[in-house]
Amino acid sequence: MIRAQGLSCGYGGRAVLHDVDLRLGPGEFAALLGPNGSGKTTLLLALAGLLPALRGGVELSGRAVSGLPARERARLVSCVPQGATPPPGYSVRELVRMGRFASSDFWGGYGPRDEAAAEAALADARCLDLAERQASELSGGEFQRVLLARALCQGRGALLLDEATSALDLARRVEAFDLLAAQNRLGSTVFTAVHDLNLAALYCPRLIFLKQGRVALDGPTAEIFTEANLKDIYETDIRVAPHPVTGAPQAHLVPGAGAAAPLLG
Amino acid sequence: MAAQARTEHDAGREKGRAAGAATLALAVLACALLASVVLACGLGSFPATPGETLRALLQAAGLHAGAPVDPSLAVVVVDIRLARVVLAGITGASLAIAGAAFQGVLRNPLADAFTLGVSGGAAFGASLAILSGIAGGAALAGDARALPACALAGALAALALVLGLSRAGGGPLSNLRRETLVLAGIVVSTFLSALISLLKSLDEESVSSIVFWIMGSFQGRGFEHAALAWPYMLLGAGIVFWRAGELDVLSLGETQARMLGLDAGRSRLWLLFGASLLSGAAVAVSGVIGFVGLVVPHLVRLALGAGHRRLLPASALLGALLLIWSDVLARSVLPRGAELPVGVVTALVGGPFFCLLLARRGSGGGRA
Repeated sequence: MIRAQGLSCGYGGRAVLHDVDLRLGPGEFAALLGPNGSGKTTLLLALAGLLPALRGGVELSGRAVSGLPARERARLVSCVPQGATPPPGYSVRELVRMGRFASSDFWGGYGPRDEAAAEAALADARCLDLAERQASELSGGEFQRVLLARALCQGRGALLLDEATSALDLARRVEAFDLLAAQNRLGSTVFTAVHDLNLAALYCPRLIFLKQGRVALDGPTAEIFTEANLKDIYETDIRVAPHPVTGAPQAHLVPGAGAAAPLLG
Repeated sequence: MAAQARTEHDAGREKGRAAGAATLALAVLACALLASVVLACGLGSFPATPGETLRALLQAAGLHAGAPVDPSLAVVVVDIRLARVVLAGITGASLAIAGAAFQGVLRNPLADAFTLGVSGGAAFGASLAILSGIAGGAALAGDARALPACALAGALAALALVLGLSRAGGGPLSNLRRETLVLAGIVVSTFLSALISLLKSLDEESVSSIVFWIMGSFQGRGFEHAALAWPYMLLGAGIVFWRAGELDVLSLGETQARMLGLDAGRSRLWLLFGASLLSGAAVAVSGVIGFVGLVVPHLVRLALGAGHRRLLPASALLGALLLIWSDVLARSVLPRGAELPVGVVTALVGGPFFCLLLARRGSGGGRA
C-alpha cells in the first residue's frame, strides 16, 4: 500500500531522513514514535508525496508517488497535518467538504456524493454539532476533530496523521483513537505520529521508532516495547508494566532519571 | 440512532438556509445593480426622471413601443451616461474580482491590484503605449487595441517584480508576510509613478492626455472603451471563477492545499494571471482606481463568509454597484458640470478602510 525504499529527504538539500525502508500493508494500524526532531513529520510528508526524495522513493499502491498527479495522489492518501490554523470565513462544513477537492468536477463544483461524504465524515468524527460554526472560532481540540473529519471526507484508504491528538484532552484523545481503531477495522491503513508512547502501545499493533532520521526500531508492539529499547531511544530511565485493563505494555517515567538529575542531587 | 438522524436532518436544513441566504444576497445585489443602472443614467447636469430614463433605455434596446423619447435626452441618457455606467460597472466588477483573487492567492487581506503595484504597472505600460504613439489615451488615437495589451504586460511585470522583491528569502507565495508584500507593492508603485512622471516630462504634448487618463475617471469614455476592455475582463473573470474552489483550498496554505490534491504552484500562476488580466484591462480604459478591490471583497466576506463560489459573484456585483455610484458622485458633487476623478471618490472611502484593516492585523484573516 505505502512503501518507502532507501528514502532520504529533507529541506534545502540537507537530509533529515536517512535511508528509510518502510512498508505499510493494507489495513495496518501503526504508530510513528521518536524523540523531538527525529524526523517524524518529514517522513509523513514524504510518504504523502509532499516532499521530494533526495534519494530513494515512495510508492503508493505500487506507483511512484513522484509521478502521480496531485489529485490522484490525494485520493490515495489523506492527511491530518500538525499545527494547522483554521482559515477565517469558512464554516466547519465547508472546511470538511474541501476534503473532496480531489474529486470535485471540472468546474470545481461539489456534487451530492461529495456532500454525502462530508456529512458521513462529520458524523464519524463527531463534528455534526459543529458543522455550522465558523472554523476560526473553534477551540484547538474541536479544530483537530474537524481536520480528522476532513481527512475522512478526503478518503478512507490510507490515513496519515501528524500528532493529530496532541491538542485534545484525555477523553477526546481516547475518542479519537477509538475512531481511528474503528476506521482501521473497516479496512483503512492508519499511520499516525504520536507523542504519547502509552496511547500508541494501547492502540497500535505495530510501532515504528525514528531516531536522528533513521528507523531505529520497527515491529510488533508486544515485541519491541521493552524497557531496554525505550531507554535506548529516549535516553532516560523508563519502566514498562502491563496496562491494568488490556494488558498492553505501558511506559512509566522514573523521577530523577533526567540528564539534569546529578545537578539537582 | 433517531437522535443522529434528527441532527443530520437539522444539518441539512441549516445547510439549505446558508445557501439560501447567499442566493438571496446575490439576487438582491443583481436587482440593485439593474435599478442603479437606470437611476445612474438619469442623474447628472441634465437630469431625467427614472421613467424618462427607462423609456430612453428601452427605446435604445428596441423594446419601447410608445411615443419616441426626446432625441437630445436619448443621446444624453444612452450615448453619454449609459456608456459611462457600463464602463464603470465592468471596471468595478473586474477590480473587485481581481482583489478577491489576489487576496485569496496571497492569503493577505491587504492585497489588491492597487496595493500590489499591479495598477501602477498597468498604468506605466499604457503610458508607454500612449507616448510611443502606439495607442492614444482617452481619445483612443492610434491603434487603441494595443492599450489593454500594453497595460497587461505592465501589470504582469509589476506583479512579478513585487512578488520577487517580497520573497527574496525564498519560500512559497502563500507564506509571505502581509506587511512585506504591501511594502514591496508601495516601493514598486512609487518607482513606477516616478517613471510615469519622467515619461510625462519627456513629451509635453502627451502630458494632458496621460494625466487626464491616469487619474482614474470615466469622463468622456464611451462604448468603444468598454468594447476594448471586455474581452480581457471576460477571460480574466472566467479563469478566476473557474478556479474558485482552488482559491478556497489555497486559503488553507501551501502544505494543506497540496495534501488535498491541488497543484498549488500552477493554480496560483493561473489565478494571478487572471487577476492581472482583469486589473490590466480595467486600468487600460479607466485609469488607476484604487481600493475597490480591497474594500468590496472584504465587505462581502463579512456578510457571506469566505467561500469563493459566493464571494466572487457577490464581489463582482457589489464592485459594479460601488463604482457606478462613485462615478455618479464624482460627476455631480462639483458645481457647473465640473467633475472629480472617480479615483478620488474611491480613495476617500478606501483610505480609511485600508487603515482599519491594517490596524486589525492579527485579529482578522491573512497569514496564520
